[in-house]
Amino acid sequence: MTVYLVRRLLQALLVVFAMSVIVFVGVYAIGDPVEILISPDADQIERERAVQSLGLDLPLWQQYLVFLANALRGDLGRSFVFNEPALKLILQRMPATLELAFGAMFISIVVGLPLGLYAGLRPDSAVSKTIMAGSILGFSLPTFWVGLMLIMVFAVQLGWLPSTGRGETATLLGVQWSFLTLDGLRHMAMPAINLALFKISLVIRLTRAGVRETMLMDYVKFARAKGLSPARVTFVHVFKNILIPVVTVVGLELGSTIAFSVVTETVFAWPGMGKLIIDSINVLDRPVIVAYLMIIVLMFITINLIVDLTYSLLDPRVRLESKAR
Amino acid sequence: MSDIAANATGAAPRKDRVETPFQRFVSEFAESRIAVLGLIVFSLIAFIAIFAPWLSPQNPYDLAQLDIMDGRMEPGTVGGAGFTFWLGTDDQGRDMLSGIMYGLRISLTVGAGSALIACIFGASLGLLAAYAGGRTDSVIMRVVDLQLSFPSILVALMILAFLGKGIMNVVIALVIVEWAYYARTVRGTALVERRREYIEAAQCLALPMRRILFRHLLPNCLPPLIVVATMQVARAIALEATLSFLGLGVPITEPSLGLLIANGYEYMLSGKYWISFYPGIALLITIVSINLVGDQLRDVLNPRLKK
Repeated sequence: MTVYLVRRLLQALLVVFAMSVIVFVGVYAIGDPVEILISPDADQIERERAVQSLGLDLPLWQQYLVFLANALRGDLGRSFVFNEPALKLILQRMPATLELAFGAMFISIVVGLPLGLYAGLRPDSAVSKTIMAGSILGFSLPTFWVGLMLIMVFAVQLGWLPSTGRGETATLLGVQWSFLTLDGLRHMAMPAINLALFKISLVIRLTRAGVRETMLMDYVKFARAKGLSPARVTFVHVFKNILIPVVTVVGLELGSTIAFSVVTETVFAWPGMGKLIIDSINVLDRPVIVAYLMIIVLMFITINLIVDLTYSLLDPRVRLESKAR
Repeated sequence: MSDIAANATGAAPRKDRVETPFQRFVSEFAESRIAVLGLIVFSLIAFIAIFAPWLSPQNPYDLAQLDIMDGRMEPGTVGGAGFTFWLGTDDQGRDMLSGIMYGLRISLTVGAGSALIACIFGASLGLLAAYAGGRTDSVIMRVVDLQLSFPSILVALMILAFLGKGIMNVVIALVIVEWAYYARTVRGTALVERRREYIEAAQCLALPMRRILFRHLLPNCLPPLIVVATMQVARAIALEATLSFLGLGVPITEPSLGLLIANGYEYMLSGKYWISFYPGIALLITIVSINLVGDQLRDVLNPRLKK
C-alpha cells in the first residue's frame, strides 16, 4: 500500500508539474508576456522596470523557474483590476463556489435517488418512462439556457425567488456562508437546482441501472423467499448495495460540478470563483486567470488522487494490478 | 487501380433479393420511430441552416434592412417593413426568426467542423496507439487519460483564455477537447481488430503501415467511431453555445445560437423573454434530435446487442 501511495503521489506531482508548464507556455509563450503581466496603463519606465523585476529579459527556461519559484511561494501575481494578490482574490471567492457545488450535489442525490429507485423497481410503468425521458432531457438541455428560463419563470413572472447574488450571509469559522440564513437559501435555490439538473439525470440513470441489476441477485431473491416485506428488501437489501457506486460517482463528479459552476455563476451573478474567472477573461486580468487555472488544476489532481486512493482501499485488485506491472 | 477492380468484383455478386449490409442497417435503424423522427428533424434543421439566406424573411446582418424602430417587438407584431416578426425582434430590430436561421448556420458549422477535425486527429492517434503498442501506446493513452480527467468546459476555458475569442479559436478549443474521446474509442476497437488474420495477411504482404492503418484497420473500426462522432457533434454544439454565452466563443459579428441567447439575457429581467427563449428552443431541438439519432445508431451498430 505504501509503495502504491508513493507511486501515486509522484504521478500527481508530475501532472502538477506538467500542467504548470502548459499554463506557463500558454501565458508566456503564446501571448506576449509583457502585455499579459503588466498593466496596460503602465508607462514606458514602469514597463521596463516591470520587465526587469519579472525577469522577462531572461531566456524562457529561466523565466519558467522564476514563475515556478513564485508560484511555490504562493505568489501568482497581482490582479490589475482589484490590485490585490490574485491568489487571495480566488480564495476569497472559493467558499461561495463550494457551497453552491455541495448544494447541487445534495439536491441531485435527494431528488435523483428516489426517482431512480422508482424507475428501477417499476421499469414498465408510465411514471418510470416519464422519469427516464426527463433524464434524457436533463442531459440534453443546455445548462445556461435552463438557468435563464428559471429566472424568467421564478424571478420575473412569479416573483418567488431572487435572481442574482448571494443574499444575506452568516459567518461560520471565519467564512461567509449563504446557506445559514433564510435569505441566503432563497438566493441559492435557483443556481443550485440549475447546477444539479445534469447530476440528477446521472443519479437517476445510475440508480435505475443498479436497482435493475441488484433485483436479479440471489440474495435479493433469498430475502424475498424468506418472507421479508417488500419495503425491507428494497430499502435494506437493495438500497445499501446500490448506494456504493452511486456515492462514488457523485463524489467523482464534485470536480466537474465546480468547473461547471462557471456557467451557473455567470447566469445568476453568483460571486464565486467561476464568475471571477469569466470576468477576468473578459477584461484580460491575466494574473487572475493564471492563478485560477493553477488552483483548479491542483484541486482536480487532489480530487482524482483521493478517489484513486479510496478505490484502492475498497478494491484490492487495483493496487495489486499496479504492483504486478 | 487494383483496388477498384477488387471492389468491383467484391461488390458485384448476383443482384437477387439478398439484403446488403446497408439495407439491413437502414431497416434496423427505422425500427425506432423516434430516431427516424430525430433524423427528419435534424435534416430539416440542416436544410434551414444551409439555405438560411434564401429562406429567412430578412438578412439580419444587412444594416440597410434593419430599423431600430422595430427593436424589441413582441412575437407576432407587424414591423415597419411590412412583414410579421413571428418570433419578435431583438434590441437592434432584427427579426429573431432570421437571426436563429443564421445562428444555426454558425452553430452547426462550428459543431460539425470541429467534430470532423477532432475525429480525423483522434482516430489517427487511436489507430496508431493500438497498432504500434508499447511506448507509443502508453504515451498517447496517458495524454488521453489526463485530458479526460478534466471536464471539457474547463479545458476549453483554459485554451480560450490563452487564445482569445474568435471562430477559429473556438474550433481549435473544441478539437482539443474532443480528440481524446475519438482516440479512446478507436483504440479500443482497433486493439481487438489488429489481432485478426486480415491484418496479419496485410503485414505478410509487407504493405506500408499507413496503408494497413487506414485501408485495413480503420474501416473495421468505423461503427463505434460513427456513434461517438454523432454524439460529439451534439456535445460540440452545446459546448460552443455555452462558451459563446460566457462571452468566450464566437465574435459579435458572427452570432451563433449561444450568443443570441446571451444577447437576450439583459432583457430577460424586464419580461422580454423571446430574445433568449426561441434561440434556446432551436438549440434544444438540434441537440435532442442529434442525440436521438446517436442513441439508435449505438443500438444498431453495437454487435453485442445483435440478436
